[in-house]
Amino acid sequence: MDVLLIEGLSKRFNDLLALDDLSFRIGRGEILGVLGPNGAGKTTLINCILGLIKPTAGRITVFGLDLAKNRSTVLRRMNFASNYVSLPYSLTPYENLMVFANLYEIEDPASRCDEVLDLFGLSALKNKPARRLSSGQLMRLNLAKAMLNRPELLLLDEPTAGLDPEIAKKTREILVELVGSEGISVIYTSHNLKEMEETAGRVLFLNRGRVVADGMVKDLIREYETGTLEEFFFKVIGDEA
Amino acid sequence: MKLRRVWGIILRQLYLYRRSLPRLLEVFYWPLVDLLLWGFVSLYLQRTSRDIPVFVVYFLGALILWDILFRAQQGISVSFLEDMWARNLINIFASPIRIHEYLSGLIVISILKVVIAFLVMSTLAWLFYSFYIFKLGLSLIPLVLNLMAMGWAVGIFTMALILRFGQEAEVLAWAVAFVFMPFSAVFYPVDTLPPFLQGVAAFIPSAHVFEGMRTLIDSGIFPAGHLMRATLLNIIFLGLSIMVFLRVYALSLRRGILPKIGE
Repeated sequence: MDVLLIEGLSKRFNDLLALDDLSFRIGRGEILGVLGPNGAGKTTLINCILGLIKPTAGRITVFGLDLAKNRSTVLRRMNFASNYVSLPYSLTPYENLMVFANLYEIEDPASRCDEVLDLFGLSALKNKPARRLSSGQLMRLNLAKAMLNRPELLLLDEPTAGLDPEIAKKTREILVELVGSEGISVIYTSHNLKEMEETAGRVLFLNRGRVVADGMVKDLIREYETGTLEEFFFKVIGDEA
Repeated sequence: MKLRRVWGIILRQLYLYRRSLPRLLEVFYWPLVDLLLWGFVSLYLQRTSRDIPVFVVYFLGALILWDILFRAQQGISVSFLEDMWARNLINIFASPIRIHEYLSGLIVISILKVVIAFLVMSTLAWLFYSFYIFKLGLSLIPLVLNLMAMGWAVGIFTMALILRFGQEAEVLAWAVAFVFMPFSAVFYPVDTLPPFLQGVAAFIPSAHVFEGMRTLIDSGIFPAGHLMRATLLNIIFLGLSIMVFLRVYALSLRRGILPKIGE
């Protein structure tokens, strides 16, 4: 069974067609990188899958359930982190996680919060107000929140944007390890193509709301006769222009 | 209704207040200032005008009860704003929480704020002016409940406006309750208003509560008629405000407003 199945998904905001008849699927344990220039529809796609934006047309099925009819049930089994969404700065990492542990109805919340704080190297900072954390630590806190409920589908919107290369690399390593050990499926958007090449097995290339390429990274590079994902990106953009 | 999720919303606000001295002070500061300022003004007026022997009682009673409505409204709309300011709304609404669970959490927070402010004001009024609001007896309970219900209705309506119009509308969180104040006849009887405004007041739940309070102080009789009208109007107010909020929420999902709110 597909973890996520998108069929004919479209979203129109007045004159702008942000998503145009998108269809794709993700299997268990797959990391799907979503690529595309600014305004391609990446974040709109993530927000549709989270049920924060209602599609104009099409269907989103998660874990075999229609998202529109089973939003709460589905969201319990997935989670997300974005570099553009914060957790309250006035609360400590532990308090922030305790709030979400309750929202996700996690059993033994205190232990699970300690577990994810430890996983992302935040145990020593658990009682400091989040405002005192660096941007790298805040992003790791977002990721800790995203892992709280042991999600089967994880949505990451530019999770390493603004992080220094070393922390970004460490964050990616933790994620890849988790995906391997827990069989999580991931949708991952990033502007960092090298990072995408290292992390995602498969990429979905969006441009002006349409899927213009979908395949395994190595296959796409070969098919488009490019050496890297970055060259592939510019070639597709060039072809589309 | 999943109580764990409701508790999550309550916990978020409790942590916030525990860690924020300015927010905690705000719960006590305005009730204290209001009580000192208007309490002494009413004492002075009572000394100079002996025609109204229960002037202080009227005034302080009204002041304490109005604060209940205001706090109940703030408990809803400011709690929502806190998540908007923290850019945390997406995290909340991308969690499994349902709208009625979110609203229930905010209502519990609102009750906590009302209880604290009410106890502070009642105690101070007793200490400074020997005004003991609990003298009103059990009749106080329906008065308070009706004011809280109206506060929730106004708070939910305000939240809908903020969700629809974004951060520009946040000033409404402090202003909307005061739109009802002149028609609520908080500090004067409804018959003081011009006839056409008396017509408006007849449709405002709080106007019946304050009329009821004065009846109770004057005669000691339970103001059943006023309270029944207040309750019926509150059911309509709450129903309408929840309906408006749900419509605005559905609109925000269609227009993609929710992920952008607070930006």
